[in-house]
Amino acid sequence: MVLRLEAVQKSFHDSERVVPVLKGVSFDLEAGQTLALRGESGSGKSTLLHIAGALEAADAGRVWVSGHDLTQMDDGGRAALRRSDIALIFQQFNLIPSLTVAANIAFQSALSGRVDQAHIKQIVTALGLDDQMEKYPEALSGGQQQRVAIARAIAAKPKLMLADEPTGNLDEDTADNVLEQMLKLVAQTGTALMVVTHSPIIAARMDRQLHLRSGLLV
Amino acid sequence: MIKSCLRALLSHWRRNPVQLFAYLAGLALATALWSGVQAINSEARASYDAAATTLGEGQNNLLIPKQGDRIPQDVYISLRRSGWLVSPVIDGRLGDVRLVGVDLVTSATGLGGDTDINQSTNFTGETLLANPETAQNLAGIAEVIVDASIAPGVAVGDIGLVQRLLERDDLTRLILLADQPIAQPSLGTIAPDLRMQRAQQTTDIAQLTNSFHLNLTAFGLLSFAVGLFIVHSTIGLAFEQRRGMIRTLRALGVPLRTLVVLITVEMMILAAIGAGFGIVLGYLIAAFLLPDVAATVRGLYGAQISGTLELRASWWVSGLLLALVGTAVALSSRIWQISQMPLLASVRPRAWVIATASRFRLQTIGSIILLTATVPMTLFWDGLLAGFAVLGCLLIGAALALPALAADVLTVLQKNTVAPVWSWFWADTRQQLPGLSLALMALLLAVSANIGVSTMVSSFRLTFVSFLDQRLAPELFIQVDTADQSAALETYLKSRNIEALPLLRTQTTIAEQPVALYGVRVGQTYRDSWVFLDETPNAWEQVAGNGAVVVNEQLARRADLWVGDLVQITPDLALPISAVVGDYGNPKGQVILSETVFQNLHPDLYPSQFGVRTQQAVQLRSDIVDTLGIEDNAIIDQSAVKALSLAIFERTFVVTSALNILTLGVASFAILMSLLTLADLRVPQLAPVWALGMTRRRLGWLELLRAVLLAGLVFVCAIPMGLGLAWVLLTIINVEAFGWKLPMYLFPLEYIQLGGYAMIAAFLAAMWPALRLMRTPPSTLLRVFASER
Repeated sequence: MVLRLEAVQKSFHDSERVVPVLKGVSFDLEAGQTLALRGESGSGKSTLLHIAGALEAADAGRVWVSGHDLTQMDDGGRAALRRSDIALIFQQFNLIPSLTVAANIAFQSALSGRVDQAHIKQIVTALGLDDQMEKYPEALSGGQQQRVAIARAIAAKPKLMLADEPTGNLDEDTADNVLEQMLKLVAQTGTALMVVTHSPIIAARMDRQLHLRSGLLV
Repeated sequence: MIKSCLRALLSHWRRNPVQLFAYLAGLALATALWSGVQAINSEARASYDAAATTLGEGQNNLLIPKQGDRIPQDVYISLRRSGWLVSPVIDGRLGDVRLVGVDLVTSATGLGGDTDINQSTNFTGETLLANPETAQNLAGIAEVIVDASIAPGVAVGDIGLVQRLLERDDLTRLILLADQPIAQPSLGTIAPDLRMQRAQQTTDIAQLTNSFHLNLTAFGLLSFAVGLFIVHSTIGLAFEQRRGMIRTLRALGVPLRTLVVLITVEMMILAAIGAGFGIVLGYLIAAFLLPDVAATVRGLYGAQISGTLELRASWWVSGLLLALVGTAVALSSRIWQISQMPLLASVRPRAWVIATASRFRLQTIGSIILLTATVPMTLFWDGLLAGFAVLGCLLIGAALALPALAADVLTVLQKNTVAPVWSWFWADTRQQLPGLSLALMALLLAVSANIGVSTMVSSFRLTFVSFLDQRLAPELFIQVDTADQSAALETYLKSRNIEALPLLRTQTTIAEQPVALYGVRVGQTYRDSWVFLDETPNAWEQVAGNGAVVVNEQLARRADLWVGDLVQITPDLALPISAVVGDYGNPKGQVILSETVFQNLHPDLYPSQFGVRTQQAVQLRSDIVDTLGIEDNAIIDQSAVKALSLAIFERTFVVTSALNILTLGVASFAILMSLLTLADLRVPQLAPVWALGMTRRRLGWLELLRAVLLAGLVFVCAIPMGLGLAWVLLTIINVEAFGWKLPMYLFPLEYIQLGGYAMIAAFLAAMWPALRLMRTPPSTLLRVFASER
């Protein structure tokens, strides 16, 4: 089991009241399995992804990532787990603007000291980024930037990949192409993938779909 | 992980070289002016210490002539024979070098310096000791052993050699050795023309010049503060621009603590590099300014400073430490922000919104507190420290108030503008204030300091010129060497019915202060010319009637003796003060009494200087030379003395002017760096205006206009601040630093000129960013709409 959530709860506080976002969410994700998480805006999808990605702590419940109980880990432990086992892809690409495409792709692997140049080469070719390696992110189109973000995630050989609307900023053709590449690479490496999306088309291409409404899985 | 992380952090600077340059240059400039000033100060202090050691001043009691500066050799022999343990010293100038001759047998301190004359095989009675610079000036005159510890401008040797070199057979002073016999005849019996000067009564040049060096330090600190504004501003922008990177790094698993440590190390290493450049620059500035400082100190205090600058650890270490501490302070708030920033915080650059209304409000509250604090400080706290504290509160308080004030002014302007372009212009300018506020605050500090210091210097100049007119009323000044010459000159002038103003003079101690005691013949010239700071009615009549004295301001302040107070001239004679006179450019106290009282006290002294009132100065001068045999160079005309005094005055403030210009330069550099570093963030703001039909060229010109208008606004705010600063300088700092108070005059034309300089500086600073904007390709502006940035 790569990811397990058990009765996870999370609330946010605004100036006047407590707003519950997740009200007890539980599910599992196996290695090599793909999962789409759908729901209305504000239903708690991104929060759930952040908790699963060890970016945020749950208020209650338990979360395991590749056997590690996140609720028992401190900030340093969660950071170490993100480096070694988790890869994140955001809607806003989140590349480092001052590093070249090549440096960006190798970055997370370098952080965990596991740079596999052959693996990277394979990913780069698969995503069609061979000609872009020495460019800086600002010189790339949105679709190219998202492909760099996916390449970075896969190059780190994570056990769990979490993607928040990875094709939300892309046109239909580019989105389809990027998704295709991502699924192919995930299948090759046996990575568990959870994608947060509004799109029923993307969701349909995943092994499983979960629907989140008002903080509960329905 | 650390290597990859550092690489990512450093890549920001590689991609933003202007920002890196701003950071390093800000630190370099801040450190340069500070360490430059400190280098000068430490060189000066080393020179004073060397002088004290070499000349033994302040270590032993001395016997000095009551009049003049020469002691016949036989007086010395008589003293020794009668049991007085004294050691002779001859002191005189040979060209630019001060030669000091001591008797190696009787001297308690030897020659001073590091050279052990007993060990040195090179040292003979025919050898002088001097530092390398002075040794060069003595080439071909005498054999010199180079000794770096000897005071600059001084050479020391055996008394016989120095007497020969100076072509003299007399002495200048006698050092009283510590252990004197219990029974010895009185000094008055053996040497009636000598008087004893106690060691503590000699002027401590280091103490005397302390205030001057403190002034320089204050200037250095001001420049440092202006430089730190650049650093603070750059650090702020660098962090804003790296918010996205920091979020990504954390999301990818870099622990917060590691990130904080790496950023701190990165910024501090860069700070050390910037400070290193600054120290080199500081050395160059110090080397450039040192001759002027030496001239100033010589003019004001008669102290000699070495013309060669040494790399002393005391100043460069202090510069480096200050730069690192300054950076650490600027860095701490950003580090704190990072540590508090939620991992998933927005990555949108906040540079344009960081100065929110609440921040401006906080700054305004801080400003009100600081400006209000100056009132009780001025009223209830005395001393130099109080003066500088008031200055600091004034400057920082004004700087803090500036952004809020500017925002209000711009709001009013926008509300009163109908044309849409100008309405946008004012709104856009207000929006830029947060990014530019630090640079504008730096400019305010620099312009205020310029107005304040130029008001002080110009007020001083005006007062000094008027003071010279009073004091230099006689058309000729004649110096005589002997009592016979003195008597003959007076008789001669009387026979030609020419008004003579004989001046009797000796050194004494009054109210525990070393004082120059003058005896004057009160006449119409004194009554007409001298302007008193405070006086009783008929002040001169009381002096002429032998019933009062006039004292100078320096003595009045140091001894707290004012009009009506009694001055104990001798144990048997106390006279009231009838007037206090301003005496500018002289560090020592003076007491002026009537000729009659002076002669009663010192019947053996004769007038050695005469002021002469005449309409035929040239003719009288040649008549005196021909008739009395007084040498022509002993007669100085009024205009020559005035010219010399004014020249010394102008040299005195050369350093101040240079530092003024440098501070203004640093401030304009701060504007340039702010505009350049903000340039990229401006594109999304300007692109819509461009798309609506405003040309890039026009946008560029508006950028220039904005910089000039903001500088104009800063200048308007700087006028009251500068005048407040001048008031503090004239009424608090100067009194402590120099011992006299100056009236404050206003110089509107000078201020307008300064305002012009500030606006030109802002225009020049904005030119590069404006040109860049004018040349921005449309494709760059279009990207804003393509959401691809």
